[in-house]
This record gives sequence, C-alpha cells and structure tokens, in this order.
Amino acid sequence: MAASIIAIQVATTMTGSEFLLTQLIMAAWYSLVVVGLCLLMGYAGQISLGHAAFFAIGGYTTAVLSTVNLLPLKNALPLKMLASLGLTKGGTDPWGCEVLHLSPWISLLAAVTASAIVAYGIGIPILRLKGHYLAMATLGVGIITYRIALGTPLLGAADGLSDVPPFPFFAGLALDGTRAHRLFSYYFSWSIVLIVMLLLVNLIGSQAGRALRAIHGNEAAAQAMGVDTARYKLHLFALSAIIAAIAGVFMTHYSGGIGPAETSVMKSVRYVAIVAVGGMANVWGALIAGTILNFLSLRGFFGTYDDAVFGAVLIVMMLFAPNGMVMRKKS
Amino acid sequence: MALLEVKNLSKSFGGLHAVREVSFCVERGTIHGIIGPNGAGKTTLFNCIAGSIRPLSGGTIVFDNQPIHSCASHEIARYGIARTFQTIKLFPRMTVLENVMIGCHTRSRGSILSGMFSLPSTRAVERSIRNAAMEELAIAGIADLAASDAQQLSFGQQRSVELARALSLKPQLLLLDEPASGLTMHEIDRMGELIGRLRNSGITVLIVEHDMSLIMTICDRLLALSSGRTIAEGTPHEVQTHPEVIRVYLGGR
Amino acid sequence: MSIPLFLQYLFSGITSGSIYAIIAIGFNIIYNTTGIINFVQGEFAMLGGMTAISFSRFMPLPAAIACAVAVTAITGGLLEFIFIRPLRNPTVIQMIIVTIGLSILIREFALHIWDEKVHSLPYFTGNEISSIRVFGAYLSPQVLWVLGICAFLVIGLGLFFAHTAAGRAMRACSADSIGATLCGINTRNMVTMSFMISASIGALAGCVVSPITQTTYDCGMPLAVKGFTVAIIGGLGNSTGAVAAGLLLGIVEAFCVAVMPMAYRDVVVIAILLMALSFKPSGLFGNSASHALKEF
Repeated sequence: MAASIIAIQVATTMTGSEFLLTQLIMAAWYSLVVVGLCLLMGYAGQISLGHAAFFAIGGYTTAVLSTVNLLPLKNALPLKMLASLGLTKGGTDPWGCEVLHLSPWISLLAAVTASAIVAYGIGIPILRLKGHYLAMATLGVGIITYRIALGTPLLGAADGLSDVPPFPFFAGLALDGTRAHRLFSYYFSWSIVLIVMLLLVNLIGSQAGRALRAIHGNEAAAQAMGVDTARYKLHLFALSAIIAAIAGVFMTHYSGGIGPAETSVMKSVRYVAIVAVGGMANVWGALIAGTILNFLSLRGFFGTYDDAVFGAVLIVMMLFAPNGMVMRKKS
Repeated sequence: MALLEVKNLSKSFGGLHAVREVSFCVERGTIHGIIGPNGAGKTTLFNCIAGSIRPLSGGTIVFDNQPIHSCASHEIARYGIARTFQTIKLFPRMTVLENVMIGCHTRSRGSILSGMFSLPSTRAVERSIRNAAMEELAIAGIADLAASDAQQLSFGQQRSVELARALSLKPQLLLLDEPASGLTMHEIDRMGELIGRLRNSGITVLIVEHDMSLIMTICDRLLALSSGRTIAEGTPHEVQTHPEVIRVYLGGR
Repeated sequence: MSIPLFLQYLFSGITSGSIYAIIAIGFNIIYNTTGIINFVQGEFAMLGGMTAISFSRFMPLPAAIACAVAVTAITGGLLEFIFIRPLRNPTVIQMIIVTIGLSILIREFALHIWDEKVHSLPYFTGNEISSIRVFGAYLSPQVLWVLGICAFLVIGLGLFFAHTAAGRAMRACSADSIGATLCGINTRNMVTMSFMISASIGALAGCVVSPITQTTYDCGMPLAVKGFTVAIIGGLGNSTGAVAAGLLLGIVEAFCVAVMPMAYRDVVVIAILLMALSFKPSGLFGNSASHALKEF
C-alpha cells in the first residue's frame, strides 16, 4: 500500500496536477472515519447512523481549544506547567492584542478524550439496542450534535469556527493548507491512515477480532462461549469513535476550520454508504471505496447530485451486492 | 454437595407460566436427562440454567457453590458450564477451526487493545489457543475439517463441531440441547457412546431430549416435566413407570 | 405565564403533536404488516405537501389535495413494489439502509423538481391573519383543520381495520403472516397496500399542516425522526399509544420554546427519544415481555 501512496504522489508531480493532492489529503481523513465505521458495522454488526458526530466532536474540540485565548489565565499553575513544556503559544492576533493559545497537541489529546467519554457515555445505554432501535438512536445522536453545533455561539453557530492554527511538528513542518506544506501533509495524512490500517488488521486477526466476528455471526452463541459481548461492542464503538475524532482533529487543522455541516445526517449517511460499497467486513475495500468516492465528491464530480449519488449507492448496494463490491481476499 | 442445585425455579412470560417451581439436583459425574412433551418448559428451563433467559421470575440456581441465577451467559460459561444449541449455532463466515477457537476464548483476556498491537505475548497466546483448538478437533475425530467453512458441512458434522466447541471450554457441566435431533439411528448410537465417554472423563452432563431410546440408555437420572411443573424424578425406570408420566405421554386412564 | 400564552403554547403543541401522531401511525401500519421501519415515511408528508402545492396552481384546493394524496399513495406503492419486494430475507441493516437510501433519493428528487425554497399551501379557510379567539388565545382556523383531519384519520383507520375485509386481512398479516397466507390472503399485496395507506395519510398530514409550518424539500427527515420517536414512546405498532404519545411530545416540544433557545428544541426531542430507547424501548404503553420477543 505504501508503494501506491508514493506512486500516486509522484504521478501528480509529473503530470503537473499537484493540486489533486489537496483532495487526496482530505479524502484520507474522511476515509479514516469510514474504516473505523467499517470495523464497527462489518465486524461487530453495529450500525451507526451518526458517526459524523464523532468526527465533529474531535474537530470542534480542537478548534475551540486551540483558538481560545487563555491570556487572562496566564499565571495559573496548569498553564505555567504547559508553557514550560513548550505546549503553549504566545503571539498577537490580527488586532494586535496579545494572546496565549494552547498547542494543538493538547487539543488533540482533549479531543480524543472527549470523544471517548461521549462514546462510552452513549454506548452503554444504546449498544443494548438492536436493529432499527440502534439505528434510530445513533441517528438521534448525530442530530443532537448537529443541533448543538448549529445553535451554540461558542461553537461558531452556523458559521462554524475558523482561524484554526496549523498543527506543528518538528523542523518547522506543520499540517496546514499551505502549498509549502502540501507534500508533508500528504505523506503525514496517509501515514496515519497506514498506521491505523495496520492496527486494525492486527485486531481483526487477533483473538479479540475473532470474538467480534463471532458476535456478529451469532451473538447468543458467542455469549454462551464466554465472550462478553457487551464489553466488546462498547470498546469497539469507542475505538471507531476515537479514530473518527482523530480524523476530525487533523482535518480541522488542515483546512483551518470546521462547520456544523461536518456533523450533518448526510455526512453520516455517506460514511455508511461507503462502507456498504467497500464491503461491510472488508477494511481494505472500505479504504479504497472511501478514497475514490470522497475524492470524486470533493472534486465536485457529482455536482448538485452529490447527496443523491450516495443515496442511490445505498439502494443499489443493498439490492444487488449486500456484501460489498470490493472482493475480500481469502485470509 | 451436588454440582448443580436448582430450587423452585420459575419463569413467566407475561401471562404464560413456562416453568413453575421446578427443583432438582445434578450430581457430579452423572448424566441427567430432562424430558417432557412439547410445551412442557424444558427449553425454557434449560435456557434459564444456561443464562440466556434473565431475569428469573423466582427460584435459585447454585453451581459448584456459586449462585448463578443472576449471572449472564458469558459469566456462566466462565464458571464452567458449556452448552450446545438445538438449532446449531455455528458462526457463519468462519472456519471450523475458528469456531472451536472461540470455545477457547475464555483462556485469555483477549482485549481489543492487545489485539491491535501484535506483541510477542499476544501472539504466543494466539498460538496456544490455535493448538488447543486443533487438539479438541482431533479428539472429536474431525481434525480434517479444520479449514472448512462451517456452513458447508453436513448436519452431523456441524453437530460434532458444535460439541467440540463446547468442550473447548473445558466445562465441568455440559448442557446438551436435543443433541439427537436430526441424526440417524446410527449417529444417535454414536452420540450416546460419546456422551458416555464424556461422563467417564469427568464431565457432568445435563441433557434435554425427545429421543427416548437415547435417554433411557444413557441417563443416570431423569426429570420429567409437564406444563412447567415437575411430574416425576428418579432413575429412568422409575420415571418410565410413573403413573403421571404415563398419563401425560399416552393419555391413559 | 398568562393563561392566553399558556393556551397558545398548548394549542401549538397539540397541532404539531397531531401531525407527529399521524406520521407515527403511518410507521405503525407498515411496521405491523412487515416488521420494517420505513424511513421514507417523512418524505411522504413532504411529497404530499409539495405535489399539492404544484397542483393547486391549476386546480381548486380540494382537488389538488386529493390528487396529491393519490399521487403519493401510488408512489408509496411503487416504491414497495420496485425496491422492497425484490429483497429476499433482508437483514435488518439492509432494510434500514435501503429505506434511508430511498428517503435521500426522494429528497434530492424533490430538490431538483421543485427547488430549495419554502412553499406552502394556501390556508384552507381564511388566510394568514384570520384567527379565532379561544379563551384569550388566538388560533388560526387551520389548526382546527389539522385537529379535525387527524381525528378523522384516526377514527377512519380504526374503523377500516376493525370492520372492512381489507382491514381485517391486514391485521391478520401482522399477527401471523404464514397463517394469513394459508387463509388465502395475498400477503405481498397487503404489504403494498400498507405502504399505500401509510403514504396517503402521511401526504394528507403534510398537506393540512403546510400552511402553518410551510413545506420545503427537506422537511421530511425531521418529521420522520419525530414521528418515529412518537411511535416508540407510544409502543411500536400501537396506534392509540401513538396518538397519546404524539400529543405528549408535541406539547413538551412547544413548551420547550418557553424555557430555552429555539435552537435546542430538537435537542430536547431527540434526548427524549434516546431516553425512551435506553430505558423503555417498549414504549409507555407497550408490554416489555412481548417486546422482548420481537425480532427488532
């Protein structure tokens, strides 16, 4: 897979179409969400119609925390400790006022924690549900986050949050939307995807992965064999939520902002549609489908029919290829 | 001390009293049978003991001095009770070996975190589970089916796999739910021999069954149910000649 | 709070609550016959409103509404025939995904046929500013239309299911589809009929509430979510429960505006849904024992 990533990048350079890298970078983040969701839906059999909520929780948390001005609290002990670790950033804002921001590394940590808390919090009551009830409950979660994002001034209401700083790394490299860092961003984003895929493939082949497949295959039998199905479903839900949140964090820093549209129902449905195309229990298929479909969508390939395409995809997939289009390699 | 003690077990579904105040004991190293006409409550009783029906409407279940009437089925499995299902519940889309490896699941923690990072210790545990599963398949005589897709097997083979899977839990008590259903006469005889061998190796067996020949041949004690209540308990001969049992089965005078 | 203001909120709640109840009944009818939750239910209301608006440009209002209901009913039947019937032994996830996909397609279809603007039917009697005074509160006559039509639908459906052959046949299907087939009832046609009935009542509800809440191409989804909430709270499949739950939810939602910013109103409704699902999925009037035996 690494080879194909490099090959694509070299190809864009050679054809002078390096601007395509931008959409490929964004497609990487969205595909990350898809892959996490694929694990949840395909291996544990839990449908989530509100997964965009976790993407947004990650994105909004990092946006808020990295843009809030903590100057008034400059002398508080926690801030002093963080400052000594180099995790705060002083500076001036466009109006010349002095500001003090948290480093995005802190907000990344906070975003992951926040999404984990929410995932466990709603997972415990909701994952007991089955079928339509679970679908509606997750849909409800997605709608709640959308409404909260849309209606809360602190979160930027309808305009969302912008001016989110780049995500800094060593040697002056940073994750942001500038051309200077585009190459770095491309390799960084796809490296993260690669790492996550590695972890997930490990998981699928492990004892826990087998337990998850058993739960999906026949939950009653799995329980009779000593598998604590509730615990596994909960942890997997949280894992897929955290993956989505991490994608949200990096996407937000890359594009410099986030808006309520990222948590809309349509986004969640899209993720489900892509998982359906890629194959419910096939993370590689989900990745490929996610990359292609997101890339096309981001390039505006579908025009005003963008949402309709995904709706049609859902129907076509279910009627003709309920197990996905990308064939799974026999393991 | 009996291995399993059931006291005044009751379970109602709304207005339907499936099991009413049933009490019995299962002694270690015996084969105990539960019989009764359709609708007698055998399956409900069975599922109550196995943990898939909760909460109970009344009564207690104590296994090896451990009260299990409020335990969920996965906890009960960890305590040492394994079960098979009347309608075979093998895991589809998994091989026979993988099915039996699930039976070995309780041997280690198997957390998601350890699964993601393929540490040497995790891989060692995985190898030992795989070997243990192969052993179970060998004991059951179906080691050659290890790589087959569980759904492609014949009915009799599927039953063997399910049994091997249950035995991988190394249970003290094995619950068999109508193990003879769908088997030929010859296969039923072999099943009877197998159950006898299990008992001789130290496993206690509780079996729900319709097939009278199997029950009468292998069981040490029988419990007869009708309409949710116990109507007879004792050795197969005692139960067979019990007037109430005869009345319920044959509708005699 | 003054009495007129209280009554104002109350009537607003009862109005929207009745609509939610009708949508919920639509869910229940399809669920009872097929076991499917039909996410397209909200779009039926939207379609009914939109088509009626288009028809009303060159037809008198009653005719426009009748045609809109008919068109939506046929659409509902066609959807079932083309997309649902071919599915053999679908899993729950498949059903959910298909109906969600259909609702998206219908919504986008509506967007491209009509537009993204807000439309509404003319008031059935009077206009935007006519009002009736009830104990100090001002009500639009349209509210009475809503209440009247909803009551008519509930009673009508009750009579249909209890006293007509077709209605009894549908109830037989929902109780035991194999038994019904053995009695010579064509269950697959019953399924199509249930879709058509649900579509018509959804369309009628969409029409009658259009002057008050306006109709847009995407007004279907929120209705579907609220309708489903009501169906769950009332006990899935239980239509008297749906009516009670609908009124309850409508009133709670209306009074929310009095105590919190409007933007969070939906949050409260969804929170109620989530709590209902978490603690009593069988609904206020449902039976938890029988609920546990249901497949979904």
